Amino acid sequence: MTVSILIFLPLLAALALLFIKGEAVKNIALLFSLVELALGIYFLTQYKADASLQFDVDIPWIAKMGIYFKVALDGINIIPVILTVLLVPLIILTTFKHQYEKPSAFYALILFMQFGLMLVFTALDGFLFYIGWEVALIPIYFICGMWGGENRVKVTLKFFIYTFAGSLFMLMSIIYLYLQTPDRTFDIFEFYALKLNPLQQSWIFAGFLIAFAIKMPIFPLHTWQPDTYTEAPAAGTMLLSGIMLKMGIYGAIRWMIPIAPVGFFEWQNNPLWLAIAGIVYASIIAFRQKDGKRLIAYSSIAHVGLIAAGLLAWNIQGLQGAMIQMFNHGLEVVGMFLIFDIIERQLKTRDVTQLGGLAKVAPQMSIAFLIIVLGSVALPLTNSFIGEFLLLNGVYRYNMWMGIVAGLTIILGAVYMLRLYKNVMQGETNSLTATFTDITISEKVVLGVVCLFIIVVGVYPQPVMHLTEAAVTNLMNSVNVKIADALLHR
Amino acid sequence: MTTLIIIAILPIVLLYLGLFKAHKLLLPVTIAGLLLALGSAIWQWNNGAVPIYHDMMLFDNFSVAFSATAIVSTLLILMLSKGYFERISNNVAEYLAIILFSLAGIIVMVSYYNLSMLFIGIEIMSVSLYILAGIDKKNFASNEASLKYFLMGAFSTGFLLFGITLIYGATGSFNLEAIRDWAIAHPRGINPLFHTGIILMIIGLCFKVGAAPFHFWTPDVYEGSPTLITAYMSTVVKMAGFAAFLRLFSVSFGPLADFWMPTLLVITIVTLFVGNLTALYQHSFKRMLAFSSISHAGYLMFAIVALSAGSGNAIFMYATAYCIASVIAFGVLILVQQQLGGDHFECFNGLSKRNPFLAAVLTIAMLSLAGIPLTAGFMGKFLMFTGALARFQVWLVVIAVINAIISIYYYFKVIIAMYFRTAEHDELTVPGYYQFVLGVSALATLIIGIFPALISNRI
Repeated sequence: MTVSILIFLPLLAALALLFIKGEAVKNIALLFSLVELALGIYFLTQYKADASLQFDVDIPWIAKMGIYFKVALDGINIIPVILTVLLVPLIILTTFKHQYEKPSAFYALILFMQFGLMLVFTALDGFLFYIGWEVALIPIYFICGMWGGENRVKVTLKFFIYTFAGSLFMLMSIIYLYLQTPDRTFDIFEFYALKLNPLQQSWIFAGFLIAFAIKMPIFPLHTWQPDTYTEAPAAGTMLLSGIMLKMGIYGAIRWMIPIAPVGFFEWQNNPLWLAIAGIVYASIIAFRQKDGKRLIAYSSIAHVGLIAAGLLAWNIQGLQGAMIQMFNHGLEVVGMFLIFDIIERQLKTRDVTQLGGLAKVAPQMSIAFLIIVLGSVALPLTNSFIGEFLLLNGVYRYNMWMGIVAGLTIILGAVYMLRLYKNVMQGETNSLTATFTDITISEKVVLGVVCLFIIVVGVYPQPVMHLTEAAVTNLMNSVNVKIADALLHR
Repeated sequence: MTTLIIIAILPIVLLYLGLFKAHKLLLPVTIAGLLLALGSAIWQWNNGAVPIYHDMMLFDNFSVAFSATAIVSTLLILMLSKGYFERISNNVAEYLAIILFSLAGIIVMVSYYNLSMLFIGIEIMSVSLYILAGIDKKNFASNEASLKYFLMGAFSTGFLLFGITLIYGATGSFNLEAIRDWAIAHPRGINPLFHTGIILMIIGLCFKVGAAPFHFWTPDVYEGSPTLITAYMSTVVKMAGFAAFLRLFSVSFGPLADFWMPTLLVITIVTLFVGNLTALYQHSFKRMLAFSSISHAGYLMFAIVALSAGSGNAIFMYATAYCIASVIAFGVLILVQQQLGGDHFECFNGLSKRNPFLAAVLTIAMLSLAGIPLTAGFMGKFLMFTGALARFQVWLVVIAVINAIISIYYYFKVIIAMYFRTAEHDELTVPGYYQFVLGVSALATLIIGIFPALISNRI
């Protein structure tokens, strides 16, 4: 068994769904994604937590140009891969209450996007990585554009052009690296082995950084994000925030920093400050939002800013924190968006000021929401506590002042999140919210899984940490050796 | 050579068929003849060709590849012509014959090895096109297109011919190799006539391929001509122009790259921006395609600016992708024009509901033109960018990237109209042969995008 089955199953499923008409398509899509999840779990059980490449495939694709279909699982990508296979069935489940037009196209696009995501996360060939990067973008563009809100046309085009622009600069970096390799190949390990001077590395770093910073997004390249999250259909928002932005984080860890370590070292401060500025900036804006979905969008910028800061600090704590927090953030944000999707579907509004007292009419949802809120404000014994603690620790080790500013996220996050909870759930019911009914079985399943992971990972994070530890240490050492070498020869 | 002979005889056969009113036979005979020509072209692949007829022609792999793509694209376009020319008038045999005459000129253009043959090829092609642009003679726009094209084309041919004579004056030969050898033998003190000749030839050729600032005829001619003729002009003709361009510069003028490179670099950049920025402001799909074809000419120039062994390959890949995608775009446009009576973007509103098949193939074509991965268009752009970066033209690639981003905006306008907007229109009917041509083209776009090695085997 190789990892290619994880990549191509969603593609085949997507093609198959196009030929299915009617309501059954939901269930079949769910079935396919559950098979994918089962396969993912199988790989997880067979996975050895060392720094080696596992279940790898390496076959020529366009051999003449040095392009290989080279994919594998290892400690760097195991978390995003597992996150993807776990979240896709959950996201499909959240759509069960919706009646989308052209359901077969809708679910086929979701699964097609999963194909692109799996390709991005497992690719070890620069060309393949780029292909996956774009392939993931096309379906989400259509999902947002066809089933989104009123302003969708303008907003999604902005989103597409933004990300496409970033990725073309990344493509330039990749082609440049390809031309430098002695035997013209896109193999990532050949890229790692290149001996480029600091100037070359700086430019390559810049090319990658634009693409990844737009995707995450890092301040000030975030302007596409709140609009897109708000206008996209709930499932699209979850795909974007839960999985897609991890492409940027993962790309920085796997591609940007190890390929251009000296370039990264020379410019490290700038993106780090931007990430930290983004944390505070987005938190303050989140504070003023009345639209629940928009509030979560801004809080997502803040949380991802912290992940970016942790990984850019480039030490074991920061990097391990980024790994585990990728997983946590994905789950929490899906839970959050689901809550607001339920509210919007029933009450036709997301305006926080019109809500209130939902805890009385929907106690089960209220408990789930509370757990997710506490998770996202990083309360001890929830999953984000471990992640954000490690991230802040990493940033603090790099620079004390940065650590202090970044730490504000915990305080600010608690303020806007708890206020959100108070406004939506507590207080007296009004004429609108009195009609609200509690969550149904499919929503219970999704929220139950999310809450379970929040608590279990919060109490006992060791297994998740263990998955990545060896690979992260290995990567860290090899990069630090290169940086030290460059400093020595200066 | 057999290919050329078949394509030259075929139109004469068609004219006789027209004379004897065998209208039913016209299209089948054309298609059979073109398939025969295609087969004989492919037969020549890897035959170790040498220049023939006193070094007049060279049917090497370069020529075979471009001939084959030209024939295939013409085939696809002519298959769409069933019932199309009948709407204009009864002289269908003549129309088909003229198209095939121009194709014969194109085969000469991609196979010449002597400047006189280049000129003859270009003239055979151009004169046919002047007529074709005006076949819809009751239509004012078509007349305008024909006249404009003729006046401007004749003028630019003058430049080309003047350039050829100056180069002949300097080197004493029309032969491509002899010109190169002369340039190598006189590294210093190259005759100013030679430099002037190169510049004049650049002007003439840039006009033919529609590169800025010699592009002013393109939008009006493309818009005014009958859509099927526009499809032919913007695909086959443009590709042939670039093949001729590349052969001349890679064989003859390679040693003097330092001289003409800056000129072409400026032309490339101007072409990219002019095409893209003007395409942004178009409301008509047809006119948008005309301007976008200018910007594609800019990308195709990359291979000449970054001249290397891979240039032929890059132009071939890019031009093939562009031709196939354009055939789809124009094919859909013809259907929309016929059934809704307009070519504005609004006419495409809600097409995904009215005909999902058309919307899907047009989306693939637009993604290919925009250069999105897994389509042939991406492989073309990828080869162009790689070639340019290999020659350290980093800033050129940055400019190209900026232009690729701009182009998303207008290509996606159509996709947005088709999928994200709704309109009250009846369903569109798609004749079977349209389904065949559009489906095959869309499939080819995807297959070449995923397995480019199928067609790019180092020409």
